[in-house]
Amino acid sequence: MTRRQLWRRMTAHLDLPLLLGIGLLMLTSLLVLYSADNAGWGQPLKQMLNIAVALTCMWLIANLPLHYLMRTAVPVYLLGMILLIGVALFGEISHGARRWLNLGIVTIQPSELMKIGVPLMMAWYFEKHEATLTLKNYFIAALLLLMPVALIARQPDLGTALLISASGFYVLFLAGLSWRVMGGLFVAALASAPVLWSMLHDYQRHRILMLFDPSQDALGKGYHTIQATIAVGSGGILGKGYLNGTQTHLDFLPERTTDFIFAVYSEEFGLLGNLILLGMYLLVIGRGFVITANASTYFTRLMAGSITLTFATYAFVNMGMVSGILPVVGVPLPLVSYGGTSMLTLLLGFGMLMSIETHKQLVKT
Amino acid sequence: MAKYVEIKNHQREIFYFRLRLVISIGFVLLLLTILLTRFIYLQVARYDYYQTLSDGNRISVVPIVPNRGLILDRNGVVLAHNYSGYTLEINPRKTTDMEATISELSTLVEITPRDRRRFKKLLAERRNSETLMIRNRLSDEEVARFAAQQYRFHSVEIKARLFRDYPLGEKTAHLIGYIGRINQTDVDQLEENDLAANYRGSDYIGKTGLEQSYENELHGTTGVEQVEVDSAGRAVRMLSRKPPVSGNTLVLSIDAKLQEIAFKSFGNYRGALVAIDPNNGEVLAFVSKPGYDPSLFIDGIDTQSWDELNNSPDHPLNNRALRGQYPPGSTIKPFMALAGLFYGTRSPSHTISDPGYFMLPGSSHQYRDWKKDGHGSVDIFKSIVVSCDTYYYGLATELGIDNIFSFLSRFGFGKKTGLDLEGETSGLLPSQEWKMKRHKDKWYAGDTVSVGIGQGYNLVTPLQLAYATATLANDGVGYKPHLIREVRSSRSNENRLIEAKPAFDIKLDPAHLDLVKRAMAAVTQPGGTAAQASAGAPYHIAGKTGTAQVIAIKQGEKYDASKIDERHQDHAWFIAFAPAEQPRIALVVLAENGGHGSSTAAPIARKVLDYYLLGKVPTPLPDIVESEDAQHD
Repeated sequence: MTRRQLWRRMTAHLDLPLLLGIGLLMLTSLLVLYSADNAGWGQPLKQMLNIAVALTCMWLIANLPLHYLMRTAVPVYLLGMILLIGVALFGEISHGARRWLNLGIVTIQPSELMKIGVPLMMAWYFEKHEATLTLKNYFIAALLLLMPVALIARQPDLGTALLISASGFYVLFLAGLSWRVMGGLFVAALASAPVLWSMLHDYQRHRILMLFDPSQDALGKGYHTIQATIAVGSGGILGKGYLNGTQTHLDFLPERTTDFIFAVYSEEFGLLGNLILLGMYLLVIGRGFVITANASTYFTRLMAGSITLTFATYAFVNMGMVSGILPVVGVPLPLVSYGGTSMLTLLLGFGMLMSIETHKQLVKT
Repeated sequence: MAKYVEIKNHQREIFYFRLRLVISIGFVLLLLTILLTRFIYLQVARYDYYQTLSDGNRISVVPIVPNRGLILDRNGVVLAHNYSGYTLEINPRKTTDMEATISELSTLVEITPRDRRRFKKLLAERRNSETLMIRNRLSDEEVARFAAQQYRFHSVEIKARLFRDYPLGEKTAHLIGYIGRINQTDVDQLEENDLAANYRGSDYIGKTGLEQSYENELHGTTGVEQVEVDSAGRAVRMLSRKPPVSGNTLVLSIDAKLQEIAFKSFGNYRGALVAIDPNNGEVLAFVSKPGYDPSLFIDGIDTQSWDELNNSPDHPLNNRALRGQYPPGSTIKPFMALAGLFYGTRSPSHTISDPGYFMLPGSSHQYRDWKKDGHGSVDIFKSIVVSCDTYYYGLATELGIDNIFSFLSRFGFGKKTGLDLEGETSGLLPSQEWKMKRHKDKWYAGDTVSVGIGQGYNLVTPLQLAYATATLANDGVGYKPHLIREVRSSRSNENRLIEAKPAFDIKLDPAHLDLVKRAMAAVTQPGGTAAQASAGAPYHIAGKTGTAQVIAIKQGEKYDASKIDERHQDHAWFIAFAPAEQPRIALVVLAENGGHGSSTAAPIARKVLDYYLLGKVPTPLPDIVESEDAQHD
């Protein structure tokens, strides 16, 4: 085998347009981290390691034929459920929530696994019952979604629970849940809200109110929002210039390498930079939709659509939170925020997209 | 044909899926538009505003510490409150020669060695750039004197602060507890519970007692001011203000006057007193003596005062009512009698002949009665009235440890009562299983014998015994004891009443209860062990005296109080409820090294009962003439 053949074989299952979008966002990540770390190499270097690990995993998944991918759905989902129940029973409490499971060697956060596990399981379920879909199937699929969401919500990790609900809802939506049922559910949710509200404790109500009005919590999370909004707004059209963000470098911005990294970017690169960033996201999302449209089976269509929409949602929620139009929930800016776990989860999803795109010819025959 | 339909369906399906996909794309574009609009609003339309905030002037978020909630007794008497006062504070970062500054200050205002020691400790523990207190509670005159000379001290300033004060001081120290400066452990704890934001700017947190267990109610919600500051950090303009919300007021079930009388009635004795309303579990008095001055702890206790308290042989820091564990002695007998009746081991008419000692079958070891020659013919009624040991040696042996354990645990022995204070100990109700686990040894018949008179392995806290007495007084229906009656919200006029809920009903035979309660009432009548202390009371007291041995007495030796060091003398117990017919109060008195329950503990109880039931403030009771019957338990 020549070197060229080997190279071709290695890259056969990579999708170039998608890889280009991802790569641009990762480069942006390293660039902004260098600035957010006050021109230090510590965080960018560690992030490079995160990227390398995640890219390798993505490559492995991309090479996995689709029927293998489908076969992982049930085990991954079950493992996730067991771990979530384990967290509920023996989880470690940190910052008032029970999210982590200490397995002796490593501490893991099973809700992260479920970000992939839930849509995977639901797509698998719909594929199994493709020929005879009735309302009952949608109901069962919704149950598959609600069980892990309920466990995560009571940790309590309302942010993650809502995001997983969204990715599950996308599967239901793409699987053709009738408009009438969706409308009914929406009305039912609105109607039951006051009842649920009256069942909550005072402190729980307070927390929810705080989520929607950060000025209520100006000493805690609200402080983040206030400072982040100033950073974004003072960036102006062209930005203050790379490494010149005053909010960033005078330590006014909290969590500036993780959840609030967008404030750093936006302060230094301004509206123009934001447009470029949105363009990069649009490239990835657009390619995701093309892959979804071309996908050959029911399972892959649902999975690809859900992954793409979820990615778009994460990006929207993070930027919305930093610019002060959404409540502060702990969502990183996808592919840009510092962090190994979210990088890995995202690239596993992209690995699946690539596998869906590059294996479809084999299935079609 | 069939194939045609299938293909058609497939195509339709793809069509519908693509339709949904188009809707999804529209959705994503909508989200992007929302973001873009927001960016344009912030970065173009409002650019000048944010530019100004970010440039030159900056926003500073200043926390406003809420006033801590008050603690009141059931009648509104203040037990903990805040007052404002002036303090003299030094900024260590601006000070070059600390010693010189302090000695120069001492020419203007008095600075005691205690102030210096406390300052040194604060200096060592300081967390950030705060100013540190050298003197508190400055008088107006001192403030004026310093103000005139302030130009000499650029690093010293006068600040108005709120102080916590406990008007009853040592008398409620173990109950109310105290607040203290927030230390690293508290910070970790607050972060763990996601409360750190609400404590921005707070210096104090509840450390013990009710101040600790109701910290969440008392602290209040921190307010916040957003101010624009210039480059020197001076506030230029207020942008917004959210006022703080004061902490809630706690209304206790404690009667402050009763508490005070109870504390004083101990005289020089150390000990504990717990009084409970048996009808609802409200704790009326909760005394641990000696107390200590809680104000010593608020701004960090200096080493010398700490050593004095901590090394005192009187252990004033030990909350005896909550944490002290003592053998119950003869106060266990009414409960043992109920157990005997419950299991049918004894009938009301059954009598024994007491020779003054008890021997297990096949053993020559003599378990002695406190009365050398015995009490003669004794039935269950008399066994309580004269506190006959021999009767209970036999009863316990016949009941067996398993029955004793199961019956007494229903009265809450060996378990925490769940009072709303932290650090309660659970006492010890021994069982076969416990002994195997703890001592790796099996249970012997002899172990049971001493358990029968409350002198074996069993240990109780005064609180536990008070709870059991209240449960007995209320005919076996126990209410979980609690100290808080009401939480008054500072925000609205919404008050949360703490309602009494029966913890459980032991379901005792009314005839058995009646017999034991009558016997306890006879204890305070002529011929009973507590007759002297109860003489002349216009109401009936049901009670039981008790003595807890501190050191073991060898076989054949006699206990002689005069030969024994004071701290090795027996502890005196008295449990009581009154009026015997319709109990309104149940209480326990423990006088450490007080000798006999009848002579030291019962008179304390009498003063407390007289005040509670008659409103009588005590004058010294007549001297007690000690008869032989009254002398031991």
